[in-house]
Amino acid sequence: MSDRDRGSRILLNGALIVFGAMSLFPLLWMLSASFMATGEATQLPPSIIPHHPTLEHYRDLFGRLALGRYALNSALVAVVTTVCALAINSAAGYAFAKLRFQGRDSTFRVLAAGLAIPVQVAMLPLFLLVKSLGLVNNYGGVIIPGLASIFGIFLVRQYALAIPDDLLDAARIDGASEARVFWSVVLPTIQPVLATLALWTFLATWNDFMWPLIVLSDDRKYTLPVALAGLVGEHAQDVELMMAGAVITVLPVLILFLMLQRYYVEGVTEGSVK
Amino acid sequence: MSGKGRRGIAPGWWFVSPALLLIVVFFLGPVIAAVGLSFTDVDLYALADWHAARWVGFRNYSRVLHEPLFWQAMKNTLYFAIVGGPLTVAASLGAAMLVNARAVRWKGTARAVFFAPFVTTLVAVAIVWRYLYHPRYGLFNWMLGHVGVHQIDWLGDPRWAMPAIILMATWKNFGYNMLICIAGLQNIPRELHEAAALDGATPWQRFRHVTLPMLAPTLFFVVVVTMIGYLQLFTEPYVMTQGGPLRATTSLVLYMYEEGFRWWRLGVAAAIAFLLFILIVLFTLLQRRISPKAAA
Repeated sequence: MSDRDRGSRILLNGALIVFGAMSLFPLLWMLSASFMATGEATQLPPSIIPHHPTLEHYRDLFGRLALGRYALNSALVAVVTTVCALAINSAAGYAFAKLRFQGRDSTFRVLAAGLAIPVQVAMLPLFLLVKSLGLVNNYGGVIIPGLASIFGIFLVRQYALAIPDDLLDAARIDGASEARVFWSVVLPTIQPVLATLALWTFLATWNDFMWPLIVLSDDRKYTLPVALAGLVGEHAQDVELMMAGAVITVLPVLILFLMLQRYYVEGVTEGSVK
Repeated sequence: MSGKGRRGIAPGWWFVSPALLLIVVFFLGPVIAAVGLSFTDVDLYALADWHAARWVGFRNYSRVLHEPLFWQAMKNTLYFAIVGGPLTVAASLGAAMLVNARAVRWKGTARAVFFAPFVTTLVAVAIVWRYLYHPRYGLFNWMLGHVGVHQIDWLGDPRWAMPAIILMATWKNFGYNMLICIAGLQNIPRELHEAAALDGATPWQRFRHVTLPMLAPTLFFVVVVTMIGYLQLFTEPYVMTQGGPLRATTSLVLYMYEEGFRWWRLGVAAAIAFLLFILIVLFTLLQRRISPKAAA
């Protein structure tokens, strides 16, 4: 290897480490500060590593401030949304890809056009609708409007287009109903994209802020992000406590992402490069 | 052809009907209703008694368009999108080229590290950054102090608040476009680089004359898509600055939220939402014009 190659290798890997450090630094500081004693994160010069690591803020959050309740609320909303959204969007995505019915293509074009409309445009009438259905301050109001996703339908459709028609027809000739074909042939075939869709839906729901903020008025029903945004109003001075709250909110999604990142990454490339 | 010649509804409709029903009732219907709402004076009183609501024609629009705060919010939103979009994609491209470089090790780990901020909860990391930006004990000012930069009141100074939010958003989002850039880079034929290298092109020349032109359609596409996403800025100012200082970070969506859900002037808020929609349509048309291929 020439000196120039070695030089560029060191340079590139050095740049990579700097870039990576910048990427992780806010998250690492959040984790570190969450274990600091009260007041330590606001000292000068700042401490980077906690001198006497403590769990007091986590105890405080789960005890006095009942953050466990919000974590459960978030988990409930995210799990129910994910399960229902999977069923609804995979059925629609498959049908748009593989079943022929009148009006299919024009319907699909309407959906494609809808993809360009920002959700905020719908939000005000949607709130009035949710209110008239009695779903304000109710998880139904948080969950139901987001169940069907045009993006999710596109993702499944894109993947299902590759299913060979022969495979479906063979099952039909064997006497399987359309529902049966979907359940026993299609779903197993499109499993990877289902994993992608499930992960996307779960993370998006867990992280969502604006809509739950609007719909949920009773603070016992808050999801974690809404509760956290409220908490920072009262406890802005308690840096270490807030960092523990941020850790509790971020950690579940980070772990889930690290375990299943293959599916997540596939979703990005599948959904946008096409 | 399944379904043809059979009686009743084609099975395809059964499969799509739950999704379509939900989309029509909870999305497309409300979008159309938003147009109507923007021509009414629906407010807190009308919420209690619908007879109090009246048609007011274009009054909400003319009121909003004569409101200095609307133009301030428009300016802030465009500032965020037009500076933040390209900046984010530039970071994405840099990261993608690093991860894609042949000499680099631990590619998978690097990719996961760069992508991690994107999956985190925006509210939580916005709070983290709020403390990092603190003028006295924030780590950013402490680090900048070592290189002789005097204390910056990141979120308290109207000139710095928006750049601070842009930096945070860049950090949070560059990993997403990085994945698309990596895919784009891998589509560039190796031979092009090798031919350029044989002709004695420096790495910079190869970047300038091979990578950039080959990647240009992808880059334009992701810049515009990122900008469209950024036009919907809300959570960062809500959590970090409450739209301040001196309204320097009030975005259109935050303004809409305040009008609609704090003051319950739903008609006015719907008009703001619609003006935002028009803005987004303009950006979408721009995207279709620039890259007809990528938009298909």
